[in-house]
Amino acid sequence: MLSQYARRSIYSAPRLLRTYATPAGGNHTLLFLEHTNGAVDAASLSALTAAKQLNGKVTALVVGGEEAEVQKVVEEAKKLDGVSNVLYTSSPTYKNLLPEHLTPLVKSSLQSGSYTHLAAAHSTLAKSLLPRIAAQLDVPAVADVTSVTPSNDGATTFTRPIYAGNAIATVKAPASLSPKIFTARATAFPKAAASGSGVEATKVDDTPPVKGTEHIETKISVSDRPDLAVAGRVVSGGRALKDAETFKKVIDPLADVLGAAVGASRAAVDAGYVDNSLQVGQTGKVVAPELYIAVGISGAIQHLAGMKDSKMIVAINKDPDAPIHQVADLGYVADLYEAVPQLTEKLKK
Amino acid sequence: MRPTAINRLRVLVPVKRCVDYAVKIRVVNGAVDTNVKHSMNPFDEIAVEEAVRLRERMGSKIEAITVLTIGPTKSQETLRTALAMGADTGIHVETKDTDAPEPLGIAKTIAALVKRDKPDIVIMGKQAIDGDQGMTGQMLAGLLEWPQGTQASKVVVRDNDKEVDVTREIDGGSETVRLTLPAIITTDLRLNEPRYASLPNIMKAKKKKIEKVTPESLGVSLTPVIETLGVSEPPKRVGGGKVESVDELVSKLKEAGVV
Repeated sequence: MLSQYARRSIYSAPRLLRTYATPAGGNHTLLFLEHTNGAVDAASLSALTAAKQLNGKVTALVVGGEEAEVQKVVEEAKKLDGVSNVLYTSSPTYKNLLPEHLTPLVKSSLQSGSYTHLAAAHSTLAKSLLPRIAAQLDVPAVADVTSVTPSNDGATTFTRPIYAGNAIATVKAPASLSPKIFTARATAFPKAAASGSGVEATKVDDTPPVKGTEHIETKISVSDRPDLAVAGRVVSGGRALKDAETFKKVIDPLADVLGAAVGASRAAVDAGYVDNSLQVGQTGKVVAPELYIAVGISGAIQHLAGMKDSKMIVAINKDPDAPIHQVADLGYVADLYEAVPQLTEKLKK
Repeated sequence: MRPTAINRLRVLVPVKRCVDYAVKIRVVNGAVDTNVKHSMNPFDEIAVEEAVRLRERMGSKIEAITVLTIGPTKSQETLRTALAMGADTGIHVETKDTDAPEPLGIAKTIAALVKRDKPDIVIMGKQAIDGDQGMTGQMLAGLLEWPQGTQASKVVVRDNDKEVDVTREIDGGSETVRLTLPAIITTDLRLNEPRYASLPNIMKAKKKKIEKVTPESLGVSLTPVIETLGVSEPPKRVGGGKVESVDELVSKLKEAGVV
């Protein structure tokens, strides 16, 4: 026979409604707003658009290590279209935005209002943070959503890509689930704009540091180019570029002339041609620019997962059977060492 | 805190049997056709490899490497692969073929085993390539309130064996955090290059012990809270054909207004 305890855990009772559970007044999202150098991240602006689609209120949470920087972001956040309230706090504890330290803060912020949803961009930070929070609240989470649809009964339906984007799953978070936690794919939602009106901002209490995790160092690769994840044009190179020097010599001038960001396939990253953070694909960045030029990239499933939502795809590859040609709007079967410099020259004119 | 002698670390590596990464999946009748080749989730192979490398670096300071899988009977193949790569023992939490547990249920199951077996380090993949959720490690860390080093590209256990430095892949670069053990680490592709299991090791792995456990005996439920309404094919992208020269390429780009 099962013990009382085991019985309860197997045949678990209906989920207990929390004090901050579904209010009568419709949806209310707490949006974890990310920022860099005093400006709201583009991916968070897309997440805001996703949150707005829930047809309810959106409260933005701004956290950082430095008061002045947080203030700057708060001023910007107050004017964002769709934001109905801003919560903010700064403390040295949050300087490096470690999930361990942020989790108690987000949990206490959730308790301060009646939130039905907790949302963020599908960034490396939110990917580390939101599942940790979800587990501590004993709720599941939905990652990398590409659509958000509320229903009248309080449930929310999401779509999200699975199997490296080769299938789309439609999932439903029931009304009883509160808060519903999700991260939004930046390329699936337009960026929210500033409306100019300005709402109020409330300071929330900071939480004490959590023992066990200490930040040692951060290395950010600096670049004058547009940020890969949000660039309007991307030029990507693959294994065919031979080495780091050749990659730079061939890809960079074309990217420069287009004002494009530089991306790479996993093969190019693994071979050390470029930094890891430039990888486009299932395990790297997902991009959806106006123009994506794939140079010397065969087009493996994992790479396509990161770029096949681009508006126009151009492939330059000498192999006519390379899978990349099957998705490319314009395919040019040619030796990249001749084609790319020529293209660069012609675009300069 | 733990009953074993100090300075001897136990490593737990959860692994998942997934549709092989090279398979082009198909959507049939609103679900993904899974009657195809399966293999160990690539990120989990990296996790097993890292555990084995820790032992190669630290010798007897690693007391045991246990691999764990949650899935139907066939998942045992995946455990055997991990054992052939160098893990010591396996745990199989057996589920029905029809079960489709979500990351929270998986994390709770692993947490129950962590509380039972008290490992010092849990190393697991950063995401499974089927569901692409990327949540289980963080959820496990949250449930246990342990430090987490996600998307690790480098793992260094410090001299005192009570801390681990994890270098993480982040947007735009990397970050190093120091975690007090016990801790959770999730692996990025950059962490290492997994080895192939040799035939003698595959044979040896057949004799290694696999413990069978049921979710019920651990007191966890794997029933998903989030309902999957259906699975569909993504919009098909049709290649627009080829151009013959750079000039034609440039004029088509101009026509489309993208340059």
